[in-house]
Amino acid sequence: MAVPPGQGAPKTHLAVAALLAVLLLAASASGDAPTDRASDGEHHPPGNKTHKKAFPVLDLKYEHVKTPFEISLWILLALLMKLGFHFIPRVSSIVPESCLLIVVGLLVGGFMKAIGEKAPVLDDTLFFLYLLPPIILDAGYFLPIRPFTENLGTILVFAVVGTLWNAFFMGGVMYGICQIGGAELGGVDLLSCLLFGSIVSAVDPVAVLAVFEEIHINELLHILVFGESLLNDAVTVVLYHLFKEFAQVGSVTVGDAFLGVVCFFVVSLGGILVGAIYGVLGAFTSRFTSHTRVIEPLFVFLYSFMAYLSAEVFHLSGIMSLISCGVMMRPYVEANISHKSYTTIKYFLKMWSNISETLIFIFLGVSTVAGKHHWNWAFVGGTLVMCLVSRVMGVVGLTYIINKFRIVKLTKKDQFIVAYGGLRGAIAYSLGFLLPKQKKNTMFLTAIITVIYFTVFVQGMTIRPLVELLAVKKKKESKRSINEEIHTQFLDNLLTGIEDVCGHYGHHHWKDKLSRFNKTYVKKWLIAGDRSSEPQLISFYNKLEMKQAIMLVESGSSAKLPGLSMQNIQPKVESKGRVLPRISKGREEEIRKILRANLQRTRQRLRSYSRHDLLMDPFEDHLSEIRFRKQRVEMERRMSHYLTVPANQEETPPVRRVRFESDRQDYTSRDRSSRDCGDDHALRQSPVSVDSMNLLDESSLPRPPQRKRQGPRPDPERRFNPREGQDEEEQETLKQLRRLSDPGPN
Amino acid sequence: MELQPERAALPADQTGTDHVRREERAPREKISLEQIKNLRKRFQQLSGDEDRISRADLENIPALANNPIKKQIIDAFFDKRNQRRGEAGSVHHIDFQQFLMVMSHFRPPTLKTTPEEKEAMRMEKLRFLFNMHDTDSDGTITLAEYRKVVEELLSKSGDMGQEAAKAIADAAMLEVASTNVPHMEPDEFYEGITFEHFVQILKGLEMESRMNVRFLDVDTTTMRCGKMKS
Repeated sequence: MAVPPGQGAPKTHLAVAALLAVLLLAASASGDAPTDRASDGEHHPPGNKTHKKAFPVLDLKYEHVKTPFEISLWILLALLMKLGFHFIPRVSSIVPESCLLIVVGLLVGGFMKAIGEKAPVLDDTLFFLYLLPPIILDAGYFLPIRPFTENLGTILVFAVVGTLWNAFFMGGVMYGICQIGGAELGGVDLLSCLLFGSIVSAVDPVAVLAVFEEIHINELLHILVFGESLLNDAVTVVLYHLFKEFAQVGSVTVGDAFLGVVCFFVVSLGGILVGAIYGVLGAFTSRFTSHTRVIEPLFVFLYSFMAYLSAEVFHLSGIMSLISCGVMMRPYVEANISHKSYTTIKYFLKMWSNISETLIFIFLGVSTVAGKHHWNWAFVGGTLVMCLVSRVMGVVGLTYIINKFRIVKLTKKDQFIVAYGGLRGAIAYSLGFLLPKQKKNTMFLTAIITVIYFTVFVQGMTIRPLVELLAVKKKKESKRSINEEIHTQFLDNLLTGIEDVCGHYGHHHWKDKLSRFNKTYVKKWLIAGDRSSEPQLISFYNKLEMKQAIMLVESGSSAKLPGLSMQNIQPKVESKGRVLPRISKGREEEIRKILRANLQRTRQRLRSYSRHDLLMDPFEDHLSEIRFRKQRVEMERRMSHYLTVPANQEETPPVRRVRFESDRQDYTSRDRSSRDCGDDHALRQSPVSVDSMNLLDESSLPRPPQRKRQGPRPDPERRFNPREGQDEEEQETLKQLRRLSDPGPN
Repeated sequence: MELQPERAALPADQTGTDHVRREERAPREKISLEQIKNLRKRFQQLSGDEDRISRADLENIPALANNPIKKQIIDAFFDKRNQRRGEAGSVHHIDFQQFLMVMSHFRPPTLKTTPEEKEAMRMEKLRFLFNMHDTDSDGTITLAEYRKVVEELLSKSGDMGQEAAKAIADAAMLEVASTNVPHMEPDEFYEGITFEHFVQILKGLEMESRMNVRFLDVDTTTMRCGKMKS
């Protein structure tokens, strides 16, 4: 933070001293370090300052912790604000969070100015090196690949050509305004205007993310605007540096322009290359982490951050590097790491990007108040109007050309959303801030801030009602079903085949080639073990089964079980001999006893593993538990019809809730279904985390198939395991091991 | 001037020439003459300059060798149900009109396509997919047929694929049944996926936007790529 040390110290100390006094009084024994007092002269320790050197009970040592203290205070403030917004119900549904955060920043900035304190400013090092990367990494790591690659051409056209158009149009028009504008503006030359245009024309990923997250529009539009905001970084970097250099020199030659074009390719392709290298390194490293699971997330974060920094060293596009690193790494890393690491990565990325975004908007507000401004009506007004005009013209013009090449054309509604969603944000501000301190640059900064505020506030607030009004297609909320996945794959193959029949080497043909290359060569290098040859459909299916299993266990009530079971779809011939519409209560009791006995045995066996020791993660290494879990889930599905149908004479589904330790007492030993048996035991066990309880629970049935065959009810087990043989089961379960409780972002 | 491929009601043995007749489909869903010419060239290449192609001709395409559902694709060309005449069964040879008819299932919607037309296109594409799965032409996809579909999809993935295929197909079938007939009694039996259920389960995929081959989309009247224009 750019707070100059010592300047505002007295006032800060007075406020902090009061706080600290309270704290220190409570912990009065910690009177250590009496000797080295802070060197600040205005220090008033509550201890005594006599020559006798009495032992100071309380001491004040603020300078020592100043920087981390203030940073933490700021972050805490930001997060408390975020928390607070949700208590104001109506506001949070109308106003997007980014606006509220900027307002908070304005207020804080105003407050700090009022008390004479110098506020921290959003300087470029802080922004570009610490605040921006988490957001971009989060976006890049979870980028939906399929829509991105399907629309890559469109996105690139918008990002490159669109931004170029915006920059030059804005620059040109502003120059015109400056010429007409009068004496004040007359000193602004063309190159400065072009520089200004290049800064203000780039769509900002942070702002787009912040606003579009809340409106849930359909995937196509989201990826178009968002992809554009990511990929235009290369253009912005090149134009910015180009014009900055030349603005000082004062003139541009054709050779320079040509060099600029070359620079663009170097910047973008170089950035992508750097990111890809780090991504492959990260994937390769993750192949060997099976024994040190705890540090797996760190590899992902650090390789990505290094990719960003390495690109920045060479003035390549850091954003593109980060995106390509995340995209490259993800499929292989996810196949290698444990599910816990996966969850960690997901939540850490979300957490960091959230904090960053919050801080960026708050600082934007604070910097507005704290910074110097130079308002010029003509310039600022012109900028605002021209931004909108050039964006609309650019989008409409480009769409006309793009639609000739697209299969699914962009409608007028789509074009409107794309144009309206072109928000500017903190990147533009930081770039403007970096300009040397001249009068015209202050004017530029003011104009940039105005544009940012306008887009974030006005466009951000109105886009949601507009989306409703225009009935733009929203994101489909339903989860992916196995049928959709099957047919997506089927379609891929079908379309590739048709293209082959046509003799046309199209889109699908190359995609197919790439995926085959990936399967035969790349996966073998980057994925550990036999996971490397697992087809995508099977991975998807396994993930889905996991999710359903978790859902079943966590929801707890039989109402959530699918109403149909396997017997409904098996051919009648098989099911005839096995349908037992009713079983006697006695038999049911027998079954339950057997299940319970087995559960107990398993539980005792499992308890020997230490649950604190991540290195020896029982869920990762122990095959049979997962096998049992899987079988249990299937059995639940089938048993539900048999056991709960007669048992439901009470007409009350068993009431389940998230199991906490306190629930143990509530539970009675009255059996309702086999699953409750299991839960019963889970609860009576020692306090384990809810997650591991779920897992232990599911993995509870040892040897149910064999048992059941001897048991009184012959039918269910014949449908238990479609798979015969132990080997395939083990293979299967070994794969399932890797994705246990957490469903993941998809 | 754009000409349309021949109407489905014409007898099958009319050999394909460049002279095609007007068709009763929605006037906007045209395959342009340029595209017809290109497809014609390809047809002749495949058939060895004859009037008809057989299965063997399609099987000889080298690029198809790696495709797990190669057989289904080839069968689809020779499936009479895809000729939109309400017939069933399969043929051994198809001529150019029939080839075009199958290809026309993959044309994309344009900017001028109305929502009703889009819906019709989607139904047509889904019907094509359905016919590919329903190999015995009884109007439903039974569990055995669905299992076959998934097995074929995973056929190039080695042994691992086969065991899981059955489970996946079972789960998928269960899902279709649960979605469409949510309250079945334990002893009721779900015969198979009907076309309506099929449409329902694939509602989210937006077939009219996805099941398209780009080749048919090239708007050649505005591009100059050295080809002859009418």
